Amino acid sequence: MGGYRFLEDVAIADVAFEAWGVDLADLLSAAGEATFAVMADLAGIPEELTRRVRLEAPDPETLLFAWLEELIYRKDVDAVVFSRFAVKVTEGPLLRLEATCIGAPIRQDQMRMRADVKAVTYHLFSVERGEDGWRARVVLDI
Amino acid sequence: MEVKRISEYVWEIPPTEKPGMLVPARIIASAELLAEMDRGVFEQVTNVACLPGIYRYAICMPDGHWGYGFPIGGVAAFDVKEGVISPGGIGFDINCGMRLLRTNLTEAEVRPRLRELVDRLYQAVPAGVGVKGFVKLSRSQLQDVMVQGAGWCIRNGYGWPGDEGRIEDGGRIAWADPAAVSARAVERGIGQLGTLGSGNHYLEIQVLYPENIFDAELAAALGLDRPNQVVVMFHCGSRGFGHQVGTDYLQIFARAMPRYGIRVVDKELACAPFQSPEGQQYFGAMASAANSAFANRQVITHRIREVFSDVFKRDPRELGLEIIYDVAHNIAKVERYTFDGEEKELLVHRKGATRSFGPGSPGLPPPFDRLGQPVIVGGSMETGSFVLMGTRQAMEEAFGSTAHGSGRTMSRTAARKKTHGRDLLKRLEEKGIMVRAASYEGVAEEAGFAYKDISQVAETVDAAGLSRRVALLKPIGNVKG
Repeated sequence: MGGYRFLEDVAIADVAFEAWGVDLADLLSAAGEATFAVMADLAGIPEELTRRVRLEAPDPETLLFAWLEELIYRKDVDAVVFSRFAVKVTEGPLLRLEATCIGAPIRQDQMRMRADVKAVTYHLFSVERGEDGWRARVVLDI
Repeated sequence: MEVKRISEYVWEIPPTEKPGMLVPARIIASAELLAEMDRGVFEQVTNVACLPGIYRYAICMPDGHWGYGFPIGGVAAFDVKEGVISPGGIGFDINCGMRLLRTNLTEAEVRPRLRELVDRLYQAVPAGVGVKGFVKLSRSQLQDVMVQGAGWCIRNGYGWPGDEGRIEDGGRIAWADPAAVSARAVERGIGQLGTLGSGNHYLEIQVLYPENIFDAELAAALGLDRPNQVVVMFHCGSRGFGHQVGTDYLQIFARAMPRYGIRVVDKELACAPFQSPEGQQYFGAMASAANSAFANRQVITHRIREVFSDVFKRDPRELGLEIIYDVAHNIAKVERYTFDGEEKELLVHRKGATRSFGPGSPGLPPPFDRLGQPVIVGGSMETGSFVLMGTRQAMEEAFGSTAHGSGRTMSRTAARKKTHGRDLLKRLEEKGIMVRAASYEGVAEEAGFAYKDISQVAETVDAAGLSRRVALLKPIGNVKG
């Protein structure tokens, strides 16, 4: 089962997190949650809408970066916050991601919002496959 | 890491300290501020000293702290022919900056209306995650904004003639190239003109108390001319538009680097030769985002004038709501410097650093050609902010640059654990500071204790000769994202 934790005292004006998952899809889902947990208390986000995301990338690092970048882009364009993700990754010549993002339109007066995420950075960015699954480290620009 | 003291406020890490360093790294700080700096600063400023074409030294300002790629507070100049341009040396929030407006009002006149004023400003200037601005732009209008910057706003009723002269570069950077901006950046930014953002972005009502004036003559020349005068300061940038431009080019540069034989220790330092097609395209896209940030601050200025006019039932001109100055603190520009009798054209990156041109510097319009460029250094919502003035010494020692803020010393999560936003708001209100925030947790993250002492930062840049203190402004009202 995937999860994440925020890393203290790394790029202190911004936010760093570590995410993990039993497989790559699980890791991507956890990293998506971590990114939105920076912006809102996810416990209070109703499940009112879904958005589909499809991406392809040559390797897990590029896929994770593209995935988080897409989520940050949609947050601004559609003014939405996502709290849950159903992610599927299929391997082939390219890694192919298909995801359903579940969340709600941002309503500041009804949601506990936090700090906006401006971008995903390459600083200390890593994706690793270990014996017990996948692990990634990400620094987000606030 | 060996850190040598060059003078009371200048510290140097020699190029022998890290393989690949081409020039020394310099940190401008008092001994106390240097001791407080996190280890990331030392790593990152020495990484910057490894970038191709870097000239003389990589610099970190006294408010420096661990960023991504470059440290926040980083200044680096590159030879325009041989050097690189790096989005990581500018930041994702292109032309994040500060604007300061004066008023003819005093604290005694504003205090009775303060709550109403803060509430109205909170409504007029949307802040926080996912908000849209009140100016609805078509795609072709956004292109005009990219090219014309603040001037577009003024010509469309969101400003006064003369506002441009009070903005760095006249509120318009000439080399903007909208063709170099992606459709994604346009999509992301098109609805956000006139929004404040979140994190450390804010809009503040401040007071100039007579005891906080350091140079009365300069203060008066800038329009800070009466006891207990109320001013309005705000901090914001190019919003999602600039963030996307930064994101797009970071990836383009990461892919392009092998073609140019460039290797970097941190991928966030991804760069390309300034004269390469990628380098020039980023420079044009960055300028487009910078102009949109000037436009954003111009539209916000218009909203502030409207709110003050409504609340005080007087014309905003009669209220004296003129711009004192507007500075960019995340940007790269081509500038000319003379070192050892030789004139050099350099691409100066400032990431969390403010231009601090002294009197007589090229490109400053009257009266700043005579006075120097005003510098606005924003502090936390508890401590206050500084107005300073650029110096000739900054031109000689720091590529015409100085500090930009107070600099964080505590992570956002740690600050949130230490205080609750609601308690902090109550404490601030007891101290006479009225806050309206889009997020309680966002307020806690921006608590004064999470930052360095801004007075120490201002004192250091003053003593180091990079800018002269003019005045300290104390907050009485704050709108936060």
